[in-house]
Amino acid sequence: MNPTKYMNPYLAGFFLGLLLLLTIYITGRGLGASGAVKSALVAGVETVTPGHAGSATFYKEYLTEHDNAPLKNWLVFEVIGVLIGAFLSGLVSNRLNLTLEHSPKIKPRTRVIGALLGGLLFGLGAQLGRGCTSGAALSGMGVMSTGGIFTMLAIFGGAYAFAYFFRKMWI
Amino acid sequence: MGPLVPDIIGNELNFVVALFIGIAFGFILEQAGFSTSKKLVGLFYGYDFTVLRVFFTAGVTAMIGVVAMGHFGLLDVNLIYVNPTFLHSALLGGFIMGLGFVIGGYCPGTSFVGAAIGKIDGWIFIAGSFIGVLIFAEAYPLLEGVYKAGFWGYPRLFETLGISQSLFAFLLVFVAVGAFWATTLIENKVNGKPNPQFSPVRIYLGLTGIALLIGLSAFILPDRQEAFHNTVSDPTFVQNYPLKEMSPDELAFRLMDNDKNLRIIDVRSPAEFEKFKLPKSLSLTSKNLFEKDFAKLLNLNGKINVFVADDELTAKQAAVIADKLGYVDIRLLTGGLQQFRKDILNFTKPDTALNRREADTFRFRERAKNQIPILIEQNKETGAIKKTSKRVIGGC
Repeated sequence: MNPTKYMNPYLAGFFLGLLLLLTIYITGRGLGASGAVKSALVAGVETVTPGHAGSATFYKEYLTEHDNAPLKNWLVFEVIGVLIGAFLSGLVSNRLNLTLEHSPKIKPRTRVIGALLGGLLFGLGAQLGRGCTSGAALSGMGVMSTGGIFTMLAIFGGAYAFAYFFRKMWI
Repeated sequence: MGPLVPDIIGNELNFVVALFIGIAFGFILEQAGFSTSKKLVGLFYGYDFTVLRVFFTAGVTAMIGVVAMGHFGLLDVNLIYVNPTFLHSALLGGFIMGLGFVIGGYCPGTSFVGAAIGKIDGWIFIAGSFIGVLIFAEAYPLLEGVYKAGFWGYPRLFETLGISQSLFAFLLVFVAVGAFWATTLIENKVNGKPNPQFSPVRIYLGLTGIALLIGLSAFILPDRQEAFHNTVSDPTFVQNYPLKEMSPDELAFRLMDNDKNLRIIDVRSPAEFEKFKLPKSLSLTSKNLFEKDFAKLLNLNGKINVFVADDELTAKQAAVIADKLGYVDIRLLTGGLQQFRKDILNFTKPDTALNRREADTFRFRERAKNQIPILIEQNKETGAIKKTSKRVIGGC
């Protein structure tokens, strides 16, 4: 069976906007993603090297802020939901497929390195910028936060500035 | 009034809510095509602007919704999470994320979406982001300076720009529509053919028109708070508005009686309040009346809320707003604090009383004149505004 066509982007955007609004109305906070990675990482470090997690500033601050239960975090539950929701969407639209997606012009290995390096930079940048495309840019725009909108402009500005150098990976 | 957490939805239930919101979030992103890196980076090369369309439409929809709900008093905008502004790290972090975007083809949220439908590159991206966070965590002592520099507080962009919220929202809708139009032209040029998904054009023109009309109406209609303030700016209207009053004598008696049900709402400026305040009084401005915190406070059953200010009119303006907002058991101090000072605190007993009743009143006032300053002295340290609800902690 062929995969179903994607939803009209404006309609999808409208639904996403309503979801964000509902989220703000119910919880007072926006959507997010990178925060869950942080929670999981802090939990992992705490399990592997409790001594280090207890002494290094970053983990110590995080654990104090979260009552020593880093995984009991709103974003962790939300991201588990994202995985389920996306899986369900892939299921109903026939898009479940184990693949390494890459441009035919590059080797799979290049894509692997690109994805790893890109993820690394995004993870680092999202910590520095206090949020990623979801938590800072989208949710920030919803509440018109100056910081969130600045981060959004920097993400898209940065991507356009560097796009030319990595064009071979995509086109 | 929103946000529903933590009063209506408890903190534990909130995790269940998070799961369901996540499911909807993941479903919508996948349906929009955010599970494939090829589509995600399309906007940086001009062949597919889906991300921009979805993102901008979502942002504008949520923003208009937040403005509208705040406007009609459904959401206390003072309690929702507004991302803080740290200028340096926002720009530097954003720039690094932009670089990560064109190299990795995903952002964290979309990498989860891709991973969920089997994209191996999505899983690798997630692994990479763990390493990125680890590097940040380990290098935190080095990065802390940049991370905490340029703190501007929690401003919203229209405040930073010094324009009204409605004007800003209206301008942003305009920018979004312009961006949709321009990027469609670019996309058609790059791909050499128009996208059949976006015809007929008149549907889009119609939707744009509706969006602009909504934006325009927010621009013209005063918000709820402003509307109330306009109503009470007419002194004759306020003077004729029926409200129960409390005489200075009764107030003095209730103070001396240590009446548990009495609460004085002092609407003078906080500075004046600090200089002189009666026991059992709370300082608040008429703006506070619209906040969720005070809604909880003023709705307590059995309490009598006596509005005071130096003059009766100022207090009555706030009391009228409170009455119109539906608060019960509102009283107004007759003659304001001026009268209270004259009758009680600075009372000078006339030589003759007309009748026995007046003589009793005079005796009472003499006693109050001595006792109330002691009570005021004893309560000097209390009565500051206690905010119970705090802004929601959010962010990534």
